[in-house]
Amino acid sequence: MTATVDLTHSPADEEFRAEARAWLRAHVPRRPLPSLETAAGFAAHRAWEAELAADRWSVVSWPEEYGGRGAGLLRWLVFEEEYWAAGAPGRVGQNGVSLLAPTLFEHGTEEQRARVLPSMATGEVVWAQAWSEPGAGSDLASLTSRAVRTDGGWLLRGQKTWSSRAAFADRAFGLFRSEPHRPRPHQGLTYLMFDLRAPGVTVRPIGRLDGKPAFAELFLDEVFVPDEDVIGEPGQGWRIAMSTAGNERGLTLRSPGRFLAAAGRLRDLWQARGGPASTADRVADAVVGARAYQLFTYAAAARFLDGESLGPESSLNKVFWSELDLAMHETALDLLGAEGELADTTWSEGYVFALAGPIYAGTNEIQRDIIAERLLGLPKGRR
Amino acid sequence: MRFLLDTEQRDFAGALRALLTAADTPSVVRDWSRGERASGRTLWGRVAEAGVFGLAVPEEYGGVGRRPVELAVACVELGRHVVPGPVAETVAAAVLLDDGEGLAKRFLPGIASGETMATVAFESHGYGFALDGDAADVRLAATPEGLRLSPGAGAVRQSLDPARRLAPLFPAGELISAEPPWAEALVWARLATAAQALGVGLALLDRTVAYVKQRTQFNVPIGSFQAVRHRLADVKIALEFARPMVFGAAVTMAPADVAAAKLGACEAAHAAARAALQLHGAIGYTAEYELSLWLTKARALRGAWGAPEDCRRDVLEGRT
Repeated sequence: MTATVDLTHSPADEEFRAEARAWLRAHVPRRPLPSLETAAGFAAHRAWEAELAADRWSVVSWPEEYGGRGAGLLRWLVFEEEYWAAGAPGRVGQNGVSLLAPTLFEHGTEEQRARVLPSMATGEVVWAQAWSEPGAGSDLASLTSRAVRTDGGWLLRGQKTWSSRAAFADRAFGLFRSEPHRPRPHQGLTYLMFDLRAPGVTVRPIGRLDGKPAFAELFLDEVFVPDEDVIGEPGQGWRIAMSTAGNERGLTLRSPGRFLAAAGRLRDLWQARGGPASTADRVADAVVGARAYQLFTYAAAARFLDGESLGPESSLNKVFWSELDLAMHETALDLLGAEGELADTTWSEGYVFALAGPIYAGTNEIQRDIIAERLLGLPKGRR
Repeated sequence: MRFLLDTEQRDFAGALRALLTAADTPSVVRDWSRGERASGRTLWGRVAEAGVFGLAVPEEYGGVGRRPVELAVACVELGRHVVPGPVAETVAAAVLLDDGEGLAKRFLPGIASGETMATVAFESHGYGFALDGDAADVRLAATPEGLRLSPGAGAVRQSLDPARRLAPLFPAGELISAEPPWAEALVWARLATAAQALGVGLALLDRTVAYVKQRTQFNVPIGSFQAVRHRLADVKIALEFARPMVFGAAVTMAPADVAAAKLGACEAAHAAARAALQLHGAIGYTAEYELSLWLTKARALRGAWGAPEDCRRDVLEGRT
């Protein structure tokens, strides 16, 4: 029996790691940028994306022609470990990069990729997602916003909500009902990109728990979208949106590097506070959880690179990281004691962000339903 | 970087699974817990013949060289089938006795072949009893002077897991090693325990999923209720994150990784046991029903070779 199972990176990947580390050491801002969820912070984060992009560090996994380095999945994981370990800023372009770009790579046209991706890579155009509606959250397929056929394109009407980043973003992507009389709700939906500054769009920012406008409502009144901004075939939007939902994206939505870095900072904080016994278990669990998430991801990546489809496994992943993230931040605030309530610290900013984790990208209840049905084979039930 | 078991390793697991399924391990466990050892020794011999104990023994002493990944693969299967006997203890003994000369020559071939069942009382790590101290052929007692070959065991105390017979060792006998590799033995025993716990948890989840699909109440399978589905989903999550921890620990053998794996696998198995008992209801609470063999083992393994608190401490100290 030869043990080919291997947890060491190739020399080439380690070289890449060293290069990334050196670049980050020279460029990561000394002080944290202002909150991403403010006008000033948004602008600062956009500028940071441009700085990353100038040296091809903003989208390392993309092909070179769109501003990337053609890094494979393992190399991307290495980059992320270095990125977060360096204390680098949050990624303002995350929605576009992790949700829209994979869809364009799989279902978009050459022309769409050439038009959309380069400006996404530099942060010149920041994308918001437009999935949820007032009446369609977990039951996303029940959405009622319409795309109505018109000369040379579509007219959007309706209302989207909880649109992350939309308060300051430039463009958005989402699903719209183009064929209202189909028998099942997930039929007749179309995947579209649109301009948040187009005539007919009203953006009303929504303050999240701490009041910062992290998301927005979008009111759409006969907003014209040219045919060139439809992704895939009209009417096939559900299939297109879901095809990238469970696969590689399940691995890349939140990288282990982020949680390894947070667990390391939590351990430092705990030690700086004298290593109190009362929180030792929770700090240890954070360290263990981050390592577990890293190893789980490397195992999933190995299966993926071996040609296996991951599909519903990404639901395990989503529940795990969102609960880990929240638990780590809760522990940090507890360690900070009375200072824990101060809103302008990295920990409290992260805490408010982490509180949303179990809700967005498919609530954890929906993920548990997927696990029960598709991984355990339990009968469908009343939800 | 390729964190994936290869075909040979997966085939090895499959072969062991087939062997253990055919061996009807639950009836062996029942015998063992009554102190009837014949069926247990036969099974032990077959497990050894399949190469399991040789995975902790160098080639020159009848093993295949130390292979922690394959050992973890095997121990998952042993746990899945609740194989009785001092598995982790025999692994620890193989490490403690591997001095590369006299002791190795004297003891390791027997361990690899399955003729020797060994146990260890490791008081310095808070584990004062020797598992199956009455049944083992070689009893290793940790004493202040070093490792002694204990002449016998005291009265057996029953574990919560009827398959585990715990006995204190007489701290006397031949002093065979003044400075045995305690820390290394602990890591190996922990890995073997973590992998068994993972196997126990996986079996509990499988059995419970099967049960809630066929058990009907209010005219529907109870597995269609969201309270049931979500509880089992949480068990699935815990086990699927424990699995790479166990194999990752086997790859690195870093003490902090092994401590994390022990913690993660035992917590997941414990969660699986709690869910399994609750979802089986009263039938699950009976000693007669087979599920009890897994339920009680999950509890016992959690404390063995490093309780959660010990493992968390080792994680935080990043012990190497």
